Amino acid sequence: MSISIAAHIRDIPRSGIRDFFEIVQTMEDVVSLGIGEPDFATPWHIREAAIYALERGRTGYTSNLGLPRLRRSISSYVQQHFGVRYEPLSEVLVTVGVSEAIDLALRAILNPGDGVLYHEPCYVSYAPTIVMARGEPQVVQTRDEDAFALRAEDLEKAIRPNTRVLMLNFPTNPTGATMSPEELEKIAAVCVKHDLIVLSDEIYSELTFDGGKHTSIVAFPGMKERTVFLHGLSKAFAMTGWRIGFACAPTVLIEAMMKIHQYSILCASIMGQDAAIEALERGESSVAAMRSEYQMRRNYIVSSLNDMGLECRSPRGSFYVFPKIAPTGLSSREFSMGLLNSKKVAVVPGTAFGPCGEGHVRCSFATGLDQIKTAMVRMAEYCSELPSTK
Amino acid sequence: MMRPMEEIIQLLQKNALMPRDEMARLLNKPKEEVEAVIAELESDGVILGYRPVLNREKWATNTVTAVIEVKITPERDGGFDRIASRIAKFEEVQSCYLVSGGYDLLIVVEAPNLRAAAGFVAEKLSTIEAVQSTATHFRLKTYKENGTFHHLDVATERLAVTP
Repeated sequence: MSISIAAHIRDIPRSGIRDFFEIVQTMEDVVSLGIGEPDFATPWHIREAAIYALERGRTGYTSNLGLPRLRRSISSYVQQHFGVRYEPLSEVLVTVGVSEAIDLALRAILNPGDGVLYHEPCYVSYAPTIVMARGEPQVVQTRDEDAFALRAEDLEKAIRPNTRVLMLNFPTNPTGATMSPEELEKIAAVCVKHDLIVLSDEIYSELTFDGGKHTSIVAFPGMKERTVFLHGLSKAFAMTGWRIGFACAPTVLIEAMMKIHQYSILCASIMGQDAAIEALERGESSVAAMRSEYQMRRNYIVSSLNDMGLECRSPRGSFYVFPKIAPTGLSSREFSMGLLNSKKVAVVPGTAFGPCGEGHVRCSFATGLDQIKTAMVRMAEYCSELPSTK
Repeated sequence: MMRPMEEIIQLLQKNALMPRDEMARLLNKPKEEVEAVIAELESDGVILGYRPVLNREKWATNTVTAVIEVKITPERDGGFDRIASRIAKFEEVQSCYLVSGGYDLLIVVEAPNLRAAAGFVAEKLSTIEAVQSTATHFRLKTYKENGTFHHLDVATERLAVTP
């Protein structure tokens, strides 16, 4: 028989990162700055707590919403770090990573054809997830000159009659963009004025540098009632493989999201949830140690890139730099392919994160310093061999 | 935020041989400043020295290391200090700590072979008048020493490109 695929799924393009990954996989001795996950293993005290939980036979299902103790830990963590209080038993849902939480929120909120705004360049899954939830992706582009922060006036111009949701991700993957509280307050005012629901993806919020403190949009007046606060343990606690995320939102939204979650996922794995409790309750110093390591690598990679003639801003958050390669005369993809083929260094073309990422590439510094050093030497060679730069 | 001095000490503890210009790049400071801070730490006696981390399976494999618990009678004037420094001065003694608990001094002794180690305990250590008793534990294997793992493989597998 011929199998026909649902039209809205068939029309989703393959991820640009996945394309690139398949080429990288066929090559040997590649130094990769294409990795969006910490190179650290999960801190030992967290792994050890998970082992202990397994030894005690904690291997069953949990409540659909997640372990009550974990929800209490999440509630106090969010209150302590973001200044907003959520009711652990009715306003918190534990999910399989933030990705699931985004999917649940969109499916719970959207009617077919509802518009969802997001700022580009952005994480590769936003547009497809919106499409899968039968929404209409609506892009607001951010600008290099603003360090890819979101301008309130650009946002307001992009709002259409069917727009219902705004997705935010600061610090941003792939640009490392952050928002000052003043800028964020203006965004909040636009959301209130146009009655938008905000999905705030806070996954990089602990990874802010130079002593800067992250502010979430949810902390502004009038925002808690219209915000789905999305966070997880993957990045800050180096727990990508455990797949634990969470959503905090008004009860009515959590209830709706829970319906989808309980019928499609049932619950996040108890092993991951037990580990998450340890991480949130006692992980502070591990996070601080990793953050200080990332900050040093950031300094190294930023100064090396600038030295080789690639203009690169020092990001105040995330573990990505987004250097400008436009002056080489190459497109992002040409630059990345050339670098991979001639010097075996993998970076991700900026266009994988949206058309306005053209002229940039994403380099992750969640990679050991030795590898970063090798990559920088090879990249400098590559740049010096390009005809258009000296 | 950490002070530059703390950051530099942290880097030196991980790799004292790290080139100073690399350190400068990591800390986003001029190389001269890094060098000046290190020079100051050395002259102030904060940094007492640098030494290699040796793998005991590959170097000086016959050397014997013992951890010795020592009970001593403190003196009326010097307390533990005079006896401790008398013991610490033996070249066999690598480390010497005053500790709380069931005994007073914890010392780490290194000797070329078992006989020499036994000789040190029987002839030098035990014969000091203030030493009441000793309990000697020989090292069998090193798993971790001063923060460095000796026997554990900690490599992890990662995909080459991820979102």
